Order: sequence, then C-alpha cells, then structure tokens
Amino acid sequence: MNDMNNVTIDRDSKGQALAVHLDKVTKAYGDLKALDALDLDVKSGQWVSIVGPSGSGKTTCMNLIGCMDRPTSGVVEISGLNLATMNENELTRVRREQIGLVFQKFHLIGHLSALENVMLAQYYHSIPDESEALEALGRVGLASRATHRPSQLSGGEQQRVAIARALINQPPLILADEPTGNLDAANAAAVLDLFSQLHAQGTTLIVVTHDPVVAAQGEREVVLDHGALVRDLSLR
Amino acid sequence: MNRSTHRASNKMRFRLLRASLVRRRSRVLVELLAVAIGASTMFCLATLALDVPSQLEQELRGLGANLLVSPESELDSALLQETQALIPADALVAQAAFRYETIRINSQPYLAVGTDISSATTIKGFWDMDGEWPSRLGEALVGRDVADWIGLRVGQRIILEGADLDHQLPVTVSGIFAAGGNEDALVVLNEADLASLTGRSDVFDVAEYSIALGGDQLSALADHINANVPGVVASPVQRMASSEAQVLAMLRSLLVLVSVIVLTLTVIGISTTMMAVVTERRVEIALRMALGASNKAIQREFILEAVVLGVLGGTLGVVLGFALANLVSQQVFTQSARFNGWFGLVCVVAAMVLAWGASRHPVSRAAAIDPALVLREE
Ligand SMILES: Nc1ncnc2c1ncn2[C@@H]1O[C@H](COP(=O)(O)OP(=O)(O)OP(=O)(O)O)[C@@H](O)[C@H]1O
Ligand SMILES: [Mg+2]
Repeated sequence: MNDMNNVTIDRDSKGQALAVHLDKVTKAYGDLKALDALDLDVKSGQWVSIVGPSGSGKTTCMNLIGCMDRPTSGVVEISGLNLATMNENELTRVRREQIGLVFQKFHLIGHLSALENVMLAQYYHSIPDESEALEALGRVGLASRATHRPSQLSGGEQQRVAIARALINQPPLILADEPTGNLDAANAAAVLDLFSQLHAQGTTLIVVTHDPVVAAQGEREVVLDHGALVRDLSLR
Repeated sequence: MNRSTHRASNKMRFRLLRASLVRRRSRVLVELLAVAIGASTMFCLATLALDVPSQLEQELRGLGANLLVSPESELDSALLQETQALIPADALVAQAAFRYETIRINSQPYLAVGTDISSATTIKGFWDMDGEWPSRLGEALVGRDVADWIGLRVGQRIILEGADLDHQLPVTVSGIFAAGGNEDALVVLNEADLASLTGRSDVFDVAEYSIALGGDQLSALADHINANVPGVVASPVQRMASSEAQVLAMLRSLLVLVSVIVLTLTVIGISTTMMAVVTERRVEIALRMALGASNKAIQREFILEAVVLGVLGGTLGVVLGFALANLVSQQVFTQSARFNGWFGLVCVVAAMVLAWGASRHPVSRAAAIDPALVLREE
C-alpha cells in the first residue's frame, strides 16, 4: 500500500506536495468539449470550491480527478501520480487509496445497514473493522443509527453516512459533487461542519456546489464555464 | 495479507452475501424460483426416467409370457424342470405349463386347456375377467366367444365330455374371460380335471415363461435352453419383447427431449433474471467500483451469489421434483417413486453449474459498467 509514496511527487513553489495537477486537460464528447484545456493545481490540504453554470464541466472534472474517467488529452496527476500511464487496475487502486467520494444522491447501498455501508469501503480498501466503522459513524453523529438501513434514515443522515464512508480509509483527497444539493440548510450546515473538521486534519477537499454559502466555506473558489477556468479566487 | 486479515475479509464477504440474499428477499425469491423450477423438472423427469422403465416392465410383463417352450414330441414335468433350471431364478416372474385337448359341450367340439390354475393366474393376469378364476376342482373358466356361442353365464353348471364322449365331468363356470384373441375360444380347466376327461396326465403342449430380461438377453437364454435341453424348442415371443423395448425407447427419448428443452429454458430463465438483477443493481455496482472494487472483485461477488442461489434453488428443486415425481408415480402406477440420492446430488451440482454458467454473461456485463456514466445518470 505504501509503494505509492515512493514516487517523485510534484511540488509547488514552497516545496509542498500537489494533491491535484491538471495540465491542459481536455475531455471531448464528439464535438462538445466538456473540458477545454483546463489547468488546475490544488495544494495538499487545500479546500477548493468549484462553481459554475450547469453543463460547465464540473462533474466531468471531478470524474477525471476521481480516476473514474480518462481525459481526451492533457495530463492528470494525483499526488504526483500520472494517471495516463496507468492501466485500469492501477487506476482503481489510486481511487481506492487516495480518494474519498461524496455524491449529491448519497449512493448508499439499500440492502446494507449504515454500518455495513461504511464497512464496504474498508472491505475494498483493506480490512473490514467493525469498531473502526462504528467510530466513523460516531464522528458524523450517527453511532445510534448503525443498524438502520438507508431507507430508514433522513437525507441528511444518509449524507453523513456517505461522508463516514468517504473518510473511513483516511484518504488524502475527498471529492464531493453537490454534497448539499439534496439537503436543507440545517443538514447542509452539519455536512459543512464535518468538512471543516476534515480540513483541519489536513485532508484536501474539492467541493462542487451551486450554493454560495457552501462555496464560501472553502479557501479558494474556482469558477468554470464552458469547460474552462474563468475565475480563481482566494477567499482567505 | 495475513490470516486475520483474511478472516475479517471472509467474514465481511459472508455478511454482504447474507445481506444481499436475505434483505433483497422478493428479488432473491424470483432468482431462487428460476433455478428451483429447472432443477425440480430435471429431478422429476430423472426420477421418472429411472422408475418408469422398471415400473413399465412390470406392467408389461403382466401382459403375459415372453418366452415359450414347446416339445419336439412330448413335454413332461421332468423336461420342464430341466428347462426351468436354466432360467435365472431372480429373473423368473411367472411360469405356467399348458396342455390343449379337444372336449365336447353338448356334443360340439371345443378346445380346452389344462393348467395349474394358480400359475396361470399370474401369467394370464391381464385377462379381463368376469367372475373369478377357478378356486377348486370342478370349476372352469370359459372364453368370451365360447360363452357367447353357448349362452353361458357365470355360476352356470355344464357337463364337459371327452372327445370320444367316453368321460363326463360336471363343472361350474366360475368366470368368463376376454383376452382379445384366439384364446377367447378356450375353456380353461385345472390340469387334473382335464386329465380325468382324457385319461392322460403329466403331458403338456407348451410352457410359457415371463422373464424379466431384455430382448438380447432373452434370445441368449432361449439359445442356451435350446443347446442344453434336448427335446424342447425355446423361442422368445418377439412381438411383445420388441414392442416393450420400443415403448421404453420412445419414452426415454421423450424424456431426454423434454429435459433438454427444460434445461434450455432454465438457462434462459436464470440468465434473464440475472440480467435484470444486474441492470437493477447498476448503481450499486458502479458505487462499489467508485469505492475501489476491482472488476474481478465485482464478478467474484456476483458469481458467488449465483452459485449459492444455484445450490439453494437446486436443493429446493430436488425436494419439489421428488414430490412431483411421487405424485405422478402414485397416479399412474399406484406406487411411490424411489428417491435416488445420487441423482439428487447430481441435480444440485447441475443447478449450481447452470446458475454459474447462466450468470457469466450478465456478470461480465456488470463488470463492464462505467461507474462515471452510471453515477452521473442517477
Ligand atoms: N458521457 C457523456 N456523453 C456526452 N456528453 C456528456 C457526457 N458527460 C457529460 N457530457 C456533457 O458534458 C458537458 C459537461 O457536463 P458536466 O456533467 O461535467 O456538467 P456540470 O458542470 O457537472 O453540470 P451540472 O451543474 O448540471 O451538474 C455537458 O454539456 C454534458 O452534456
Ligand atoms: Mg454535475
């Protein structure tokens, strides 16, 4: 598992490791360029919000960073690992070991309990450990709901289970695509609170959102339009 | 990975499998049923295919003799014993010796046959009987034709006379039989009664044997008798023996045909069900991939599930199939079917292999899912 760390890692000007490095990344669907020569560097530990109109390429960008897709052209590097040179199995491994995913629609498995949904991530990553998974549920305030099935949980609770699942393997990078899109303000605040905790621990966070309140929580706001970066604001 | 890691992973694998089987109950039930229906049909047909020939052989054997032994000059009990010694005792179902003599009723000549009634009862068991077989001396059985010509009824007393009208024997008609052939013109008597009419005993014209052997073995036995017992001619009753074989062969090929059709339908059924399941669980599969499951891991899980369903469905099928076979057997042969454990095992293994084979295509489809695309749609 640790052999990933033996590779030379791209560093920024201060010698800090780059969590994500996109260089002239283009993703084309036929004539349509969902991403158009996008350059984006994300420092390790940074909290980046990605905003932009519908169809601007936010999800496409997240899929490339999340090793779920390959670019038409350009370079994608995660923790200094160039994805272009990897085969499917290696990509799967980077995804497993470097990345935690949070979705707008939670995507919990319906026939598994909250606890089992969290343990599933452990199972594919390394070793299922029930007490560790319970602890993660405790962190998101759902220890008492461990045996409940997703259908027995509210939307906010489901998203918190999904976050527990994303953080259980302590990935250096968490990608969240509209994590609060289906939640009310109170539940969104709870999710943001969890993100703040992860950020404080040094996890790199990339959060796609339409919600200005959510976007404002990050250290940096990146605006996409027509697959290109049109604005890059530092918020602090 | 060390041993405790393995144990924890296996435990989780089992936990996931159980959750999938127990909590997706209605879906799993459909899958289980698809397998069970195939397995039960297979097991039912197999049980019948095993049972029917032996049951049918018994029923057909009831239709009479399949080996005739006639003398070159005269057949007596010594010669009969010599012949019977060559017939394997466990294959001999029934046997009777017959003596044909002309007798007279109301001065008209008729053909009478003398035999040991209790032996004849078994070998002529298929006769359609009105009344009873003679149970003592002084009783006779008459064929339907004889009864019609003379106008006889069951229980009526008649006088039999020897061919030369030199002996007389009053008898009671205990029954009227119909064999559906020349035999319907016969009068059947105890051998001792016939002897008293003719004045000669211990002479026979033909011995009939019902032997539980197939066509080739029966011919071999006939050859064996002909070679070793001088003075007799043994011949298999070809017509009956070969029609038996034909019926059985036809039945077997019919069962094979039905089995093949059912098997094909089962594979299609399981495959379609699995395909539906994979489609239904696309998001789940994509999510597992997003969590870092390799294609192999996904395939392994689905195939394991299919195999477990195969074993469970196969076992259920064997139980149902046997119940069905038993029902059919009791309806048709008024006899319980025999449970063949080996066949049950073969059926369960076959169901497992079928479920595995039928799920290969759907599972490879599952592994080909593009998680980015599927998770985006949803
Ligand atoms: N698999 C695909 N095939 C064809 N076109 C695609 C595919 N995936 C995305 N697109 C197109 O690429 C463009 C960018 O899509 P993307 O999902 O990245 O946008 P988005 O910024 O996430 O939008 P939203 O805010 O609505 O989620 C869109 O025009 C979309 O129609
Ligand atoms: Mg999107």
